[in-house]
Amino acid sequence: MDVKTDILSKYKAKVFKSRKDHIIRVEGGGEQAIAANTRAIPGIMTNRGCCYAGCKGVVLGPLKDAMVITHGPIGCGFYSWGTRRNKARANEDGENFVQYCFSTDMQEPDIVFGGDKKLRKAITEAVEIFRPKRILVCSTCPVGLIGDDIHAVAAWAEKEFGITCVAFSCEGYKGVSQSAGHHIANNGLMKRIIGTDDSVRPGRHKINLLGEYNIGGDGWESERILRKIGYEVVAVFTGDGQVRDVANSHTADLNLVQCHRSINYVAEMMKDAFGVNWLKVNFIGVKATSETLRDIAEFFGDTELKEKTEEVIEEETSLIAPEIARYRSRLEGKTAALFVGGSRSHHYQALLRDFGVETVLAGYEFAHRDDYEGRRIIPTIKEDADSKNIENLVMDKDARYRVYLTPERLSELKGKIPLEDYAGLMTDMRDGTYVVDDLNHFETEEFIRHLKPDVFFSGIKDKFVVQKGGTLSRQLHSYDYSGPYAGFRGSVIFGRDLTMGLYAPAWNLVTPPWASARA
Amino acid sequence: MLDQTPKEIFERTALRVNPCKTCQPVGALFAALGVKRCMPHSHGSQGCVSYHRTFLTRHFKEPAIASSSSFTEGASVFGGGANLTASVKNIFDVYDPDIIAVHTTCLSETIGDDLNSFIMELELPDDKLVVHCNTPSYVGSHVNGFANMTAGFIKYLADRRAPKSGRVGFFPGFVNPGDLREYKRLMGLMGTEYVMLPDHTGVLDAPMTGTYRMFPDAGTEIDDIRALGGVRAALAMGPFASTEPALALKAKCGVDSSIMPLPFGVSGTDSFLMKLSELSGNPVPKELEDERGRLVDLMLDANPYFYGKTCAVFGDPDTVVGITSLALELGMLPKYVITGTPGEAFVEAAGRLLEAYDARQGAKIKAAADLFELHQWIKNEKVDLLIGSSYAKQIAKAEDIPFVRAGFPVLDRYGHAYQPLIGYQGSLLLAGRIADAIMDRLDRDCADEDLELVL
Repeated sequence: MDVKTDILSKYKAKVFKSRKDHIIRVEGGGEQAIAANTRAIPGIMTNRGCCYAGCKGVVLGPLKDAMVITHGPIGCGFYSWGTRRNKARANEDGENFVQYCFSTDMQEPDIVFGGDKKLRKAITEAVEIFRPKRILVCSTCPVGLIGDDIHAVAAWAEKEFGITCVAFSCEGYKGVSQSAGHHIANNGLMKRIIGTDDSVRPGRHKINLLGEYNIGGDGWESERILRKIGYEVVAVFTGDGQVRDVANSHTADLNLVQCHRSINYVAEMMKDAFGVNWLKVNFIGVKATSETLRDIAEFFGDTELKEKTEEVIEEETSLIAPEIARYRSRLEGKTAALFVGGSRSHHYQALLRDFGVETVLAGYEFAHRDDYEGRRIIPTIKEDADSKNIENLVMDKDARYRVYLTPERLSELKGKIPLEDYAGLMTDMRDGTYVVDDLNHFETEEFIRHLKPDVFFSGIKDKFVVQKGGTLSRQLHSYDYSGPYAGFRGSVIFGRDLTMGLYAPAWNLVTPPWASARA
Repeated sequence: MLDQTPKEIFERTALRVNPCKTCQPVGALFAALGVKRCMPHSHGSQGCVSYHRTFLTRHFKEPAIASSSSFTEGASVFGGGANLTASVKNIFDVYDPDIIAVHTTCLSETIGDDLNSFIMELELPDDKLVVHCNTPSYVGSHVNGFANMTAGFIKYLADRRAPKSGRVGFFPGFVNPGDLREYKRLMGLMGTEYVMLPDHTGVLDAPMTGTYRMFPDAGTEIDDIRALGGVRAALAMGPFASTEPALALKAKCGVDSSIMPLPFGVSGTDSFLMKLSELSGNPVPKELEDERGRLVDLMLDANPYFYGKTCAVFGDPDTVVGITSLALELGMLPKYVITGTPGEAFVEAAGRLLEAYDARQGAKIKAAADLFELHQWIKNEKVDLLIGSSYAKQIAKAEDIPFVRAGFPVLDRYGHAYQPLIGYQGSLLLAGRIADAIMDRLDRDCADEDLELVL
């Protein structure tokens, strides 16, 4: 019996039916279909979060020049305060709201009589105390249920105080996971922020970095390399990012998409409205980063830029080569399982391969089918009731629409680099490995028992479950307070962390000597 | 760090900044983890339980299991009854706990889901149980959620016909496994037999063995919760966390409780031991008297470093009152004493302590406060030391103030959940950490020629 059959056989009929299409044993080069972005099963311990977590926690939270006010009872704002390791440094005006948590801390009377008044008052107090230029309001579950019109309050605040104020209706019950929240955040940024500042910056090759949240400083490492080559980074969405840069981001020549799941909506909408092409990139892994840099240079097609790119790759890789080799000698032949959000389980396979570590199981918490199977299948994805509830914006061409590439150059590049394309996770997985969508607690334990990976990369909720069972677990959401793991320098830190985890002396101390004598 | 926090204090009635509390459900989940083979269940969107499990795991560095009704938009409109029914079936099928402890969320409370009737209509496997409590996130704080869940177990399970026993019902308060082990040691030495609810030892400080067990052989036994109906009396430690279960036990089974502050410091521990002595008829043994003597010894030895030092104490109400009492015994001046949890009883309790040490004047005590306000007070008048949860590390860095982590949560350090704060032993550890923090600062800041090797 293969692993999939064995695990599924332990479920009763209803759960069996709901789970069977979410587990794939890869065969024939990953052309298989997987079920994804469907409802979690009540009672089955999923790792998923909610719409608010995707909107406020992931996409909007890192924007440092905006006050993000959570409208709701205290919990949601509290839990998303300082817990994601999206690093930020104060801007030239001294703004860095990332260190703060702002909430309306709704009380029972607000739920009964409506919370609009408290939100207005909270914004008034926020303006008085902090003098922000931008406020973003994110709603939590009860707000949608009692019908507070946060958008009207935001419009009032803009008029009253002359600030930018945008509301996001990202109640936790919307959609089936964080993914709905990403989409809502993307829509709000597109409708209200992107394209509101037309000033043109100097620089020949202007890019935005999308879907980079600067966890552990990842974005800073990617930016360092890009700037070294000579790119002008207009905006980062949204790690150490700013609303003011996002406002100006339509002036860039190219969007780089790191986390496909959380930001592909903005990438597509900016292409339709402003003509900005997007390129799927991966700054995780030495080879992957080098390839990505070559792809970007290829897009611009500038010989000098290509030469500079090769020069930087050569310099950076030779600097880290000895350390990569050292860690590789200790890691080669190990196996890994990856279960992270919506892109990392793919990206990190490249970095693991740099160290000779094979991935035997990979899965996403909240991905859609295209993250597994590639964008080619998007037209065939059937919308269900939950996804239909999330607005799908169709953008018309803006008056400022401009194309960087000639049609000939565009079609030439299409086959060469991942322009407006993402091939998905499964094409990179070897036959006989497993891909699991919305892996749950029970399946985690079962897969570890069967596949015995040397390391299980996941988040804090299952980290200690796995480690108590005797398998190393490293957090790929927060990097266990380490990082950055991106780019060239990050690869070395990742290699170091993985090595020290696997070779911790305490692994050999788990069983007391008298117990081994007994055995 | 926190550069946008102005010194000037504006009155706020609507905007909460840098809170010093969180919502009820996480406290309920925590309480339910202390019952043997219990699956805590959150009746709401799965985001709630994801945040709560993350939060508890980060404090304890241990798995914090819990399931969710995984509401979608449809359930939010039509009610979550079907989600609860499906959850209960799936949980018993897949994870096989003995009991499911359901708590509500702001989502299910706002739509008015009636958990009593949902649970009555459940078809349960033999010998399996489902209990619940209401934990609206827009009332009180995580401490109230903990109290409500503990009371929930009693309301469902405590049996007034349970055989009368000499045991004492024991509600330990919102504390760490290290404290629970210390309580057990103290009650063992005092010859007090007890039923502790909840009991996280062995659950949230489980040893590393190479085998993970979702339900370790630990936590309060369901039969013991039933037996609470027959105990001779109950001790409810910490009024904020333990009054609810005490009232529930009185209402359901007629058992009287003594509600006491958490046993911090010398006199706090003295009162606790005298209460145990009164209940058991046993005198306080020499061993504990010696322990007390060691604590007082350290307090006198290190007195010059404690005396007159100002501090800010913040966190959960019962713990803050406890730390404040120890700080006063050490000769310190708790200048700012705050909790995020609402309740004037906190202000009264802390106020009484400060008055007893003639330290009330110039001190600020506030419930339903936040760390932003504390920071502003500090900007106006600094203190020598911060004592409380991890969340003040920003203030400590911004204002360059020594910081001792104590209470809940400590997210950014290891080992705290193992160490007691209660009892003479816990107080000794905490007093030692306070002295270390103050003296490390002296050493850091002094001129080379003033660096002292001896005391």
